[in-house]
Amino acid sequence: MLEIIDIHKTFNAGTINEKRALQGVSLHLKPGDFVTVIGGNGAGKSTLMNSVSGAYPVDEGKILIDGVDVTHLPEHKRAQYIGRVFQDPMMGTAATMQIEENLALAARRGKIRTLRTGITKKERALYKEQLATLGLGLEDRMTAKVGLLSGGQRQALTLLMATLQKPKLLLLDEHTAALDPKTAAKVLETTQRIVERDNLTTLMITHNMRDAITYGNRLIMMYDGRIVVDVSGEEKKKLTVEQLLSLFSKASGSDEVNDKLLLS
Amino acid sequence: MERLLNFGNALPGVLSLGLIWGIMAIGLFITYKILELSDLTVDGSFCTGGAVCIVMMAMGQPTWLAMVCAFLAGMLTGAVTGFLHTTCKIPAILAGILTQLGLWTINMIIMGIEKGELVSTLTIPARNSKPLVSAMFLKTALNGTKPVYMYPPFVLVVITACIIGLLYWFFGTERGASIRATGANEHMARAQGINTNANKMLGLMLANGLVALSGSLFAQYNGNSEINMGRGAIVIGLAAIIIGDVLFGKLFKNFALKLLAVSFGAIVYYLVIQAVLTLLQVDSQYLKLMSAAIVAIFLTVPNLGGHSFKKHKKEAPVCSK
Repeated sequence: MLEIIDIHKTFNAGTINEKRALQGVSLHLKPGDFVTVIGGNGAGKSTLMNSVSGAYPVDEGKILIDGVDVTHLPEHKRAQYIGRVFQDPMMGTAATMQIEENLALAARRGKIRTLRTGITKKERALYKEQLATLGLGLEDRMTAKVGLLSGGQRQALTLLMATLQKPKLLLLDEHTAALDPKTAAKVLETTQRIVERDNLTTLMITHNMRDAITYGNRLIMMYDGRIVVDVSGEEKKKLTVEQLLSLFSKASGSDEVNDKLLLS
Repeated sequence: MERLLNFGNALPGVLSLGLIWGIMAIGLFITYKILELSDLTVDGSFCTGGAVCIVMMAMGQPTWLAMVCAFLAGMLTGAVTGFLHTTCKIPAILAGILTQLGLWTINMIIMGIEKGELVSTLTIPARNSKPLVSAMFLKTALNGTKPVYMYPPFVLVVITACIIGLLYWFFGTERGASIRATGANEHMARAQGINTNANKMLGLMLANGLVALSGSLFAQYNGNSEINMGRGAIVIGLAAIIIGDVLFGKLFKNFALKLLAVSFGAIVYYLVIQAVLTLLQVDSQYLKLMSAAIVAIFLTVPNLGGHSFKKHKKEAPVCSK
């Protein structure tokens, strides 16, 4: 479903601040794969995510979604294939617009926006149903401004928006990192439920190694702009945090990075 | 007493001017409030609207056609700023200033089309003068020389209502909602497949189209277009938006009412100016300084006391992550 072929990305090339964020990453996701991505700060996780979403172009390599080469498509055109939830709860929704308006915008992802009415009665009923499945009581606050919601509520709403129209690829960029543990767990549960229900191909960055092991059918670990660990299937199910750590130090060839990974 | 009488006599004119500038401010509302762009094109595009309208009327074209062309010319100026901002990646403020500067010459060229030279003031010749609104109608519409429905405040209220109605409809459509999303959160907009650059372009065009339309009404009202007519338009527009928000913001939540508040804001602005000029008999040479002071005061008021607390409260959920 997603095919990343040897992508490279360097920031501030040729300056003293040069940062080689991606140094030849290749990754192939089968339909329905739920891949968790871990790695320390500056490992290239977010750069990988942003390269796939089209937030910035890659220097080299190719990205294909469901066989379509999207390497040179601008961000808003790739959006027809991709649902996204960001780390910052403020980023995925329009605060000054109503809950139902946000959903209506998301329902038209990848479609031409015409002069027809922005939200129909039929849609409202559908959104009410969908919001009810989140179990947050948002279905009774459809015309409330999103800015009034808490971070957790906003992430849940963003998740719903990302999956309202079944995306070919769901990108979750540490989408629970800014939430308190209880809310984070709830948003993760919702994520799991939606991904399973729609059999979504998913790429999820997390900084929590336990979550990385619990969720998904495949785990990759990044270090210094490369994928250094790639575990899937039965092997992943049996994985422990300790094993993960030793895998990491073997791959990166150093002990000190353990702390770097743990502390991040 | 005499001053009060003068002030009273000036009211219909004040109302007319307020309504005309209100239309310009509604245009500015689109860029400043909806798209959150600071567009300084307006000082130039206001005059472009007046220049195109007066030139066409002087050439004997029908008034409605002159106004339509003024609107289109305004959209073109917005497109130039949009191009500089989105394609050339120039910051919006600078892009607007560049367009505005260039328009100074363009506007003189437009006004001088007939003579083939640069002209800084153009008056409609009496034989071709069929304006939709004119300061002269304030008297003639009431004493029977002109039909009563030509009374300028009435005509302008109808035009303003039509514009607000159309904008209310447009910003409720799929396309209009995507423009609002572009202003509210660009990241979210792009993630939802919205072409934010195209929307900014469209917003700037629509806004400057309205500004130019307002300019065409202003020029008709005065019977001429003049190269400096748009100078300071941005300040008047911002004043209208801010005064409207300060006075009616708590009351008017609906989008159409917010636009109405902008129009009211422009009227209040002109009332205040007129009051200072006639009641306090301040020399009109002080006008620009007063305008700047009025805007500064209305910009300051919301930041004192209560409002900043409200803002803090609104952001609370973010802090408590």
